[in-house]
Amino acid sequence: MDTSRLKTSMHELIRRTCTILPEDIIQALQEACRAELSGSIAEETLEIILKSTSLSSTTGLPICQDTGAILAIIEGQPDKTVFLVEEAIKDSVKTLTKEGTLRKNCVDPITEKNTDDNIGAFVPQIHFEPKEGPTLVSIMLKGGGSENMSAQYSLPLQRIQAGRDLEGVRRCILDSVHQAQGQGCAPGVLGVCIGGDRASGYLIAKKQLFRKLDDRNPSPLLASLEQTVFGEANTLGIGPMGLGGKTTLLGVKIGTAGRHPASYFVTVSYSCWATRRSTVELDAEGGITRWL
Amino acid sequence: MAVKRIISPLDPGVIKTLCVGDMVSLSGRIITGRDQVHKYLAEGGTPPIDLTGLVIYHCGPIVVEENGRWKITAAGPTTSMREEPYEAEIISRLRPGAIMGKGGMGEKTRKALKDCVCVYLHATGGAAQYLAQRIAKVEAVYLTEFGQPEAMWVLDVKDLPAMVTMDSHGRSLHSNIQEESLKNLNAVYEHPFLRKGQN
Repeated sequence: MDTSRLKTSMHELIRRTCTILPEDIIQALQEACRAELSGSIAEETLEIILKSTSLSSTTGLPICQDTGAILAIIEGQPDKTVFLVEEAIKDSVKTLTKEGTLRKNCVDPITEKNTDDNIGAFVPQIHFEPKEGPTLVSIMLKGGGSENMSAQYSLPLQRIQAGRDLEGVRRCILDSVHQAQGQGCAPGVLGVCIGGDRASGYLIAKKQLFRKLDDRNPSPLLASLEQTVFGEANTLGIGPMGLGGKTTLLGVKIGTAGRHPASYFVTVSYSCWATRRSTVELDAEGGITRWL
Repeated sequence: MAVKRIISPLDPGVIKTLCVGDMVSLSGRIITGRDQVHKYLAEGGTPPIDLTGLVIYHCGPIVVEENGRWKITAAGPTTSMREEPYEAEIISRLRPGAIMGKGGMGEKTRKALKDCVCVYLHATGGAAQYLAQRIAKVEAVYLTEFGQPEAMWVLDVKDLPAMVTMDSHGRSLHSNIQEESLKNLNAVYEHPFLRKGQN
């Protein structure tokens, strides 16, 4: 592996994720803008959003000033490459922070001091998953405002009459959308995990956000639940930025994890409209062979 | 939609004319302040400049230094609700003209806006480039001990677009939407999700 080539690749992966909104998200925003009433606040808000993202891609400046919390997932053979990729990610994060592409987003919770380089305890968050074939690196930059709107439900939950079944799951997801209002920067994308424990639930929910908006859940039942909740959430009238309108969500993606008999968690990871995620495949030299 | 042009610092007479739903184009001097600045001011901290009539913008910008000058590279609003515990105290003691952010604020702030003739302006979350283009100049920076995103930046803005979503007459678009969407939520709860073949 050529370490300088690898660093260039990681720098480009993070820079693009921060400055260019994925095509499927842009298309969904454009469709939403056309669907809103002409002259409405919702239409105006979506127009500003589309103008701003177009500016960021042409100027190479960040889509949002909150460049988010950095999540990296490395998939590949468990060999020395993993350490080199990890080092290249951290190195690129420092450089991009210095360049003003990434905001200084890591604060020590005890001293309250900003580390000024986006490096800190467990930051950036880097996961490794062993897998056959070429190395894949995925990056997600998730805004703090939307992360604050993420929620975990333990069923049964009397407040919203949610029992331990898919109807209960539906009620939780819709409740989370209502609770979030515009504060997670609607229209958002939801990643959901049914099952798992308190820790795995959030990670699996977040990983659903890597799925493209137009992909179809391989489980027909979950595909149907995704479609149902998506349609229903968009009748709530919360709208772009919570100022009213037809578009409250851009998508719902649901995954599952085995659960302990005593636990039934539903975890919702709320992602703002500026859902920033990319995956690249690397060659043996650390160069990017393709963007997935 | 007609747009009202307003200049910060704002005059109470102007603030009273602003109503929920009005689009505004904001120019003049504004300051940024988010979590740490709010906690500091609400706990009695001395503001580094006089805030009377000024717009307090809930924003943690990205700033780089170029040839000894500050340059803002991104500057959209942050979630205002986090400042709900502090804002009413700040409004009544320091008398800013407007609070600007995203997502709206709660009851305590709504009351303070009414009592002290102040207004809440909503800027589009995430539209960091569109809004950063409206910043003509960084005038100064204070409270840098809170870190770059949390410091108090004094900015000169020109024609920054925003919407009045809470006014000085006690109205709030956010609480209206909250109530209406709750009704809609209860309506969709009426139709349970059934597996195919179930009745």
